[in-house]
Amino acid sequence: MMYLQRIGRPLFPELRREMDRLFESFLGPEAAAPFGGLRPFPAVNLWEDSERVFAEAEVPGLRMEDLEISIQGNELAIKGRRPPMEGDKYVYHRRERGTGEFARFLTLPLDVDADRVEATLKDGVLTIVMPKAETARVRKIAVKSA
Amino acid sequence: MSDTALEKRVMTTDQPERTRSGRTYIPAVDIVEKDDELLLMADVPGAKAEGIDIQYERGELTLTARVDSRQPEQTNWLACEYGVGDFVRTFQVGEGVDAARIEAEVSNGVLTLHLPKAEAAKTRKIAVKTT
Repeated sequence: MMYLQRIGRPLFPELRREMDRLFESFLGPEAAAPFGGLRPFPAVNLWEDSERVFAEAEVPGLRMEDLEISIQGNELAIKGRRPPMEGDKYVYHRRERGTGEFARFLTLPLDVDADRVEATLKDGVLTIVMPKAETARVRKIAVKSA
Repeated sequence: MSDTALEKRVMTTDQPERTRSGRTYIPAVDIVEKDDELLLMADVPGAKAEGIDIQYERGELTLTARVDSRQPEQTNWLACEYGVGDFVRTFQVGEGVDAARIEAEVSNGVLTLHLPKAEAAKTRKIAVKTT
């Protein structure tokens, strides 16, 4: 399962969330289920400060060894696998949590220094900190008075 | 579905007022039945053990997982695909569950509840004798 998504600045993030909630409210939470659901998995939040770009994804149940994160140029790839439940002596009554392989490719809006990227995983939340490349940083230009 | 299975209660607007502000989200869950227990697994990314509250009252099991904002106050968003907030979900627990022995653990953002079956609800193997 592959998703190719172009990241832009969301024009109406609030509206988008409202729409998501609306869909969830009449289709049930299953509609928002990952892996084969309507949405790409994992959902990613992306923000920046003056020196870094941050990517965050919710990947509950995964350990770092289940994840593969790579950066090529300005494309960030998050791949992984959530294994199905072990054993066979059980019956599912409800199954909303996806399992299996996933891959997400995100085009970053600017270049990052791939050698200094750091990823941490805590309580099922993956955070990737990417320092901006020298060329991508905003420089303040001092204006001299003539 | 057997009478031991949990059923999601329809979320209505007459829920009690929350003391914490912010949005709440419905966690995705798996409910699995084993020989001697039901397992409920809920995705609660960002929640820590101390922020999880499990209440059982009059046959209703309510999970609340507190998730604090991880965002700086002024965020320069490039893309926002999900919101962060507490997870809340209520289930109805049938007679078949021994509520006094419910146990819970959280690991890597997944909350697992063990709901042991009451003695009466366990499947018994009846030995058939030949005469």
